[in-house]
Amino acid sequence: MKNLIGLLVSLLLGVLIILTLASSPSFPEFGSVDINDRVAGEYLDNDNVEEVGSGNIVTAIVVGYRGFDTLGEVTVLFISALGIALIFSDKKQKRLDLKFKPNFMLKTGSRIVFGIILITSLYIIFHGHLTPGGGFPGGVMIASAILLLYLADDKFRSNIKGFKVLEGVAGSLFVIIGLLGLVIGTYFLENFIPVGSLGELLSAGIIPIIYMLIGLKVGSEISGIVDNFLTEGESA
Amino acid sequence: MIQYAAIILFVFGLYGLLTQRNIIKMIISLNIMEIGLFIFIISIGFVYDGVAPIISSVSETGLLFVDPLPQALVLTAIVIGVGTTALALAFAKSIHNKYQTFSLDEMEEQL
Repeated sequence: MKNLIGLLVSLLLGVLIILTLASSPSFPEFGSVDINDRVAGEYLDNDNVEEVGSGNIVTAIVVGYRGFDTLGEVTVLFISALGIALIFSDKKQKRLDLKFKPNFMLKTGSRIVFGIILITSLYIIFHGHLTPGGGFPGGVMIASAILLLYLADDKFRSNIKGFKVLEGVAGSLFVIIGLLGLVIGTYFLENFIPVGSLGELLSAGIIPIIYMLIGLKVGSEISGIVDNFLTEGESA
Repeated sequence: MIQYAAIILFVFGLYGLLTQRNIIKMIISLNIMEIGLFIFIISIGFVYDGVAPIISSVSETGLLFVDPLPQALVLTAIVIGVGTTALALAFAKSIHNKYQTFSLDEMEEQL
């Protein structure tokens, strides 16, 4: 009976949404959008791209035009990491035991793969303004490298204090760079470094610097979350 | 009309959220709803024959790009989704430590 009501409610909502969208004149036909009618047409304009200096327009929006929003987003991630740390903090921390004994090959091989993953993630972070990727995917890749070491080595315990310091420094530098824009220029997070020529690694002013800081912050935060989940208190 | 597939995914997630009595399955339903919305928002910016909105110094002019704004918004939303899912799983682990079960029905019996 309960399932039936749930089914009816969700079906009703779905039908309502689809009917409303189908009859709305402002809802675009799939795939036949004219970009020039939208806000994004301006972003894709050549003069505007020269001005912002970032070839990847998604990065230009996330870090350039909407940099303040990204600061809030990083704060939300920080708060959720803080909440997880608080939930798990009331017990004595002990590393979760593996169900098997890792042998020498697994430990050494995972350390080699760890280096490769770390280099790839740094490449993705540094080229965020030129190629797909950036601080968020790169940061999650750093955390996945840490997770690999946790799963392949039963003695491994990451230096959680170091991550906390890195996270704090990266977050503070983000705000300080924003305030520098306010001091040197006119508004918060203004791009006060010359943008250089499009397509070079050292271009786009503060965008690669901020994306690097975001990558470090996200990487250390998610690594902290992984560490919190893989440690457990003395079993109650 | 492929956009309505995303709405159907959203409805599946809502149905799961309303009917499931297991915490892990509820979190999975929440994620399915989220993914449906992401696909829907991305699909709004899609253009036929459009390429990814990345301009390099060597790319020719007159290329047709897809809308970058929904992609940037979904990038934000995915990160928030990761944060909420991680927090929900932390709550689930904390509940499991207390009641030794993920099922809401079994939890009610213990109360």
